[in-house]
Amino acid sequence: MEKDLYIMGIETSCDETAVAIIKNGNEIVANVVASQIESHKRFGGVVPEIASRHHVEQMTIVFEEAMNQANLTFVDLDAIAVTEGPGLVGALLIGVNAAKAISFAHQIPLVAVHHIAGHIYANRLVKEMSFPLLSLVVSGGHTEIVFMKEHGHFQVIGETRDDAAGEAYDKVARTLNLPYPGGPHIDRLAQEGKPTIDLPRAWLEEGSYDFSFSGLKSSVINTVHNLTQRGETVAPENLAASFQQSVIDVLVTKTVRATKEFQVKQVLLAGGVAANRGLRKALEEAFYELPVDLVIPPLSLCTDNAAMIAAAGTVLFEKGQRAGMDLNANPGLDLEIHN
Amino acid sequence: MTILAIDTSNYTLGIALLNEETVIGEYITNVKVNHSVRAMPAIEALMKDCSISPKQLTKIVVAKGPGSYTGVRIGVTIAKTLAWSLNIPIVGISSLEILTASVGRYFTGYISPLFDARRGQIYTGLYQYQNGDLQTIYKDQNVLTINWIDTLKSLDKPILFVGNDLPIHREVIERELGEKALFAEITEHNPRPSELGLLGKTRPTEEIHSFVPNYIRLAEAEVKWMEANQIEETK
Ligand SMILES: [Zn+2]
Repeated sequence: MEKDLYIMGIETSCDETAVAIIKNGNEIVANVVASQIESHKRFGGVVPEIASRHHVEQMTIVFEEAMNQANLTFVDLDAIAVTEGPGLVGALLIGVNAAKAISFAHQIPLVAVHHIAGHIYANRLVKEMSFPLLSLVVSGGHTEIVFMKEHGHFQVIGETRDDAAGEAYDKVARTLNLPYPGGPHIDRLAQEGKPTIDLPRAWLEEGSYDFSFSGLKSSVINTVHNLTQRGETVAPENLAASFQQSVIDVLVTKTVRATKEFQVKQVLLAGGVAANRGLRKALEEAFYELPVDLVIPPLSLCTDNAAMIAAAGTVLFEKGQRAGMDLNANPGLDLEIHN
Repeated sequence: MTILAIDTSNYTLGIALLNEETVIGEYITNVKVNHSVRAMPAIEALMKDCSISPKQLTKIVVAKGPGSYTGVRIGVTIAKTLAWSLNIPIVGISSLEILTASVGRYFTGYISPLFDARRGQIYTGLYQYQNGDLQTIYKDQNVLTINWIDTLKSLDKPILFVGNDLPIHREVIERELGEKALFAEITEHNPRPSELGLLGKTRPTEEIHSFVPNYIRLAEAEVKWMEANQIEETK
């Protein structure tokens, strides 16, 4: 029998300090996430300097909790996988340097992981991947469709040209005076309302898999402004429902079209916005009739966590990728060259 | 006993290894290149050259600031993670104290180590060696250079200024304090990591998890938030 493979994942790209340990690429043995969201709420968004300070406070506490949960010692670990980027540079630096320190102290190989590769690989903790596949990645900073012909190989076939879907959610939430982070509030409101307001959908050029959400965002702001001018009130639940439907329409339609063109076996939903109930439901409906396996990870694996970094790290480790003691944080890291 | 000392709090990157009697090795550079890329390779190279393995370390001593927020965090993160994962104690030392210890052991006056803090400000404190012991006269602070000089005017002994950022503030210090002000030589401006290690030898250890840098200043967003909320309250 082959020895079990234990990989530790470390993720600090934004406002979660996370450490996880997974076994053989798909079994979670520890998964610890310390969220700072309460601390950033009063600022209406993540403040990079404050995020970095919290990471320093949390890092070793989270390590210890993960090691205790897993009931392992450093000798048992085969590799340390850490998010190299993209993300907030000051925040990434904490995870990267902590990872290097553990790797050096215990002579454990180090593997650098792209944050989005992590989000995609969160799916492997739920179900084995079958290639070729597509992943729809939707988060606060990303909206893209990624094609994978095999493990560790990423090809971005479409991406946002302006705002990420998550950003548009946050801005619309602010217009509706909803607290930060706005995404879950819009999703909740949208369930109560009806899409009565006609909002634009940016399809872009024929055949393009790219996205654009800034026009939609402005349209929501203008609609609210015009109604207020005329002394009319906006039913926030209807506006939320209309906005959400516009976003989802574009995401789902383009994903379905790409699924057919690339003849994939599997479609994976990834990223924080994957927690959105409206999006999950629309995808499930759209794929119900299609001969494609749709995988949607549980909510806890959609938001930032380190199990997903360890899952992607396992594949990269097996492919022989190694990082040195000079590994740096890379806030603008490219997904495609990273394999 | 083998101490690893790490200072990444300012431009100077310093790593040292010490045992009971000697400084085994020391590495210092003063270049504006990312500590994140160079700190761990420097630790690795120095330890290799000195034939010391990570498991032989018995204590980590780290510069805890003030200085560059990012720089301090890199050193403190490495130090905390090494100390925690090797299960050895950690000691944090003021970055200004290291600079003082690097220059003034046999000097009887006052020492004002400084780092530039932009917009006419410095991070500094006032120190003095009394019978071989380093004493803090005024604690580390973030202050306008001109206000700091006012504080020092009444002192009855010469004041030695040290730090690589001295050229930015030297003119005003010289003008206001005249002959009372002394300036360290360029060979003395890099804080010596071996002095950091030595200071950490006898100081109380910190609780690893709760140990944080001494930024001195709040994050800018916090300052603004507090200002905004005070304005709201008085309305
Ligand atoms: Zn993410």
